[in-house]
Amino acid sequence: MLKFIKHHLTTIENIEIYPIISLLLFTTIFVIAAIYAARMKKSKVNELSNTPLED
Amino acid sequence: MEIEKFSYDNGIVRNFAYATMLWGIVGFLVGIIVAAQLAFPEFFNDYLGFKILTFGRLRPLHTNAVIFAFVGNALFMGVYYSLQRLLKARMFSDFLSKFNFWGWQFIILCAALTLPLGYTTGKEYAELEWWIDILIALVWVAFGVNMIGTMIKRRVSHLYVAIWFYIATFVTVAMLHIFNSFELPVSFLKSYSWYSGVQDALVQWWYGHNAVAFFLTTPFLGLMYYFVPKAANRPVYSYRLSIIHFWALIFLYIWAGPHHLLYTALPDWAQSLGVVFSVMLIAPSWGGMLNGLLTLRGAWDRVRDDATLKFMVVALTAYGMSTFEGPMLSLKNVNMLAHYTDWIVAHVHVGGLGWNGFMTFGMLYYLIPKLFRTEIKYKGMVNFHFWIGTLGIVLYAVPMYVAGWMQGLMWRQFTAEGTLEYPNFLETVTSLHPYYVLRVLGGLLFLIGAIAMVWNLIATIRQGSFLKDEAVEAAPLAKHKSKRGEYWHKVIERRPMQMVIVSLIVVAIGGIIQIIPTIFVKSNIKPVVDENGKNVIQPYTPLELIGRDIYISEGCYNCHSQMIRPLRFETERYGEYSKAGEYIYDHPFQWGSKRTGPDLAREGGQRSNAWHYQHMLIPKKVSAGSLMPAYPWMAEDDIDIKHLEGKISAMRTLGVPYPDGYEKQALNDLKNQAKEIARDILTDLKTSGFTEKDVEEMHMKEVIAITAYLQRLGRDIKAVSKKETASNE
Repeated sequence: MLKFIKHHLTTIENIEIYPIISLLLFTTIFVIAAIYAARMKKSKVNELSNTPLED
Repeated sequence: MEIEKFSYDNGIVRNFAYATMLWGIVGFLVGIIVAAQLAFPEFFNDYLGFKILTFGRLRPLHTNAVIFAFVGNALFMGVYYSLQRLLKARMFSDFLSKFNFWGWQFIILCAALTLPLGYTTGKEYAELEWWIDILIALVWVAFGVNMIGTMIKRRVSHLYVAIWFYIATFVTVAMLHIFNSFELPVSFLKSYSWYSGVQDALVQWWYGHNAVAFFLTTPFLGLMYYFVPKAANRPVYSYRLSIIHFWALIFLYIWAGPHHLLYTALPDWAQSLGVVFSVMLIAPSWGGMLNGLLTLRGAWDRVRDDATLKFMVVALTAYGMSTFEGPMLSLKNVNMLAHYTDWIVAHVHVGGLGWNGFMTFGMLYYLIPKLFRTEIKYKGMVNFHFWIGTLGIVLYAVPMYVAGWMQGLMWRQFTAEGTLEYPNFLETVTSLHPYYVLRVLGGLLFLIGAIAMVWNLIATIRQGSFLKDEAVEAAPLAKHKSKRGEYWHKVIERRPMQMVIVSLIVVAIGGIIQIIPTIFVKSNIKPVVDENGKNVIQPYTPLELIGRDIYISEGCYNCHSQMIRPLRFETERYGEYSKAGEYIYDHPFQWGSKRTGPDLAREGGQRSNAWHYQHMLIPKKVSAGSLMPAYPWMAEDDIDIKHLEGKISAMRTLGVPYPDGYEKQALNDLKNQAKEIARDILTDLKTSGFTEKDVEEMHMKEVIAITAYLQRLGRDIKAVSKKETASNE
């Protein structure tokens, strides 16, 4: 079983880069979204969250 | 500023509401029938043993009906209602709205006709044949154009968070559907998947998982962000949280697909990626659930009286449960137990019945009185629906959990001597009988509730008066001047097209990094070779290919896997674990996802042709207590050789190495192999002797082709391992 797993890990060159790329991408997007959300003006937040109630 | 007068199109919302109710009942009913088939197999075999009613054909009908017909119409209903109001604009084009509605119903009708007739691509949740796939793409794009067009002519400056979820739904489903549906048509009703084996499995589960994510989850989260605040009459708990919720959710979801393929022949790096992202998914999922539930803070007293809120609270709770369970199930040690069992069935039904079902019921109870300007006719009946529906979910889920755990544990149980405690697979199935009966009861309660709702809503509709075009007034959108240093997100919130593109990039990244290497890096799929380094996997013979098409058409993959995991209790039961290189000629792959019957990857050569012949016609004759449907017509029906040449050349186009011009020889080879099998069966069964005429009569029947296919499974690899053992000795 180990042989089986090891085999696939070694057949693609620089395989370790795939999970790292994906984690980096996710972290970047998450951080940007978090910073944006945190810095939104309170008045804007209130205005937007009331949108569904205004029809 | 001058106020503009316009109207909301309620007609389209009403139409989708009607369709939701109709297809909901149909989908639930078919679900109960397939559940009953597993609970009372004898009854169905003896009294309802028709070709078009076998489990393998009806189960895809059930899944397609509830996912695409019931939930699909519900999501269109909710989106068409909320989008117009959130944007203060009528839908962009009434024609596109109608095209969306009638096109979608036509597709459903095509599905309802083709699936029971056995026309299927053999890929779960994407069973519809190639031209229906094209229709789906067209209708879906019409929906997207209509939605984006409405955003462009809107009268509010920013897009509320619900709309982002709708955008993500549109772009991602379009991408998934198109990429997963690449197939080569052989005839009007038959095509082969463009991908094969491991690649097909990865693309399929990338699609399958994200169909759950972007068809059953994101649109409903968007609807939740509209209808929960609306029904509670208070803004969402945290708008800031909803922004993080959105981006984290769509980014993480798209990577999680490989958790459907743990311990399979899929490359390990892809499996690990799938696990990590699945576990991370719990954070945004629960963020969204809490955001919805906390919106009700201080308004919990209203939940008691408000039908919509009541259903939505249970829906959010079910969502919370299944999104907690999902990440747990994707852990390899948990998945080892759960995969192929009824645990997964329980899991999806908590999501399906609880989250999608109850969200939809909540929306219907909200929308129908609004559209028909009246009150719900029978308030008590809503309560009845609520309680019987909730009870139905519990009565469905609990027995399925127990059945899943039981069967999973029985499969892996070893005796002190180190042999399997339950070597007979059937024993692990027959012991589930009481739970299968309870499941039918749970489903029945859920259906009764839904019927009560439809009854109630029809009565409500009859007492009300419909407002087709709801007149409204709003100021037009002022031209926005960009300020320097303005946040990028604010900019894209204003510009729907940019939002579409950013969402597409975010979800496409997942697909590109995960799927492209598996498709294009050749070393990912190691061929199965003999001692001389020669690939031992041979293309299917013409008869086996036809047999395989019957296997696909009958939906055998709904109950049988062809993927042995590298685990001791699996190899002990079935033989050597499956290798990626074994499936290179499998267009489409047939790994399956549920074992109601045993795995078949090493079936070839295990039993005689005569055994298979008898088993196909009357399973219980050779396998007492079997749940499998009987296929007596396979001994009557001739195999379809009309497209044999086309099939061979299609396979060659897809990369299967049939020699040039083999089409011409194929029929001859097919007949020879078929006669050989027929002769072998007759030798075993007709001890009093038989003539060549008997062989002639039998050899072109469907049962011969499917026997040939079943006898081929795992044969190539067995030949190599036999040689290896011989040389080691």
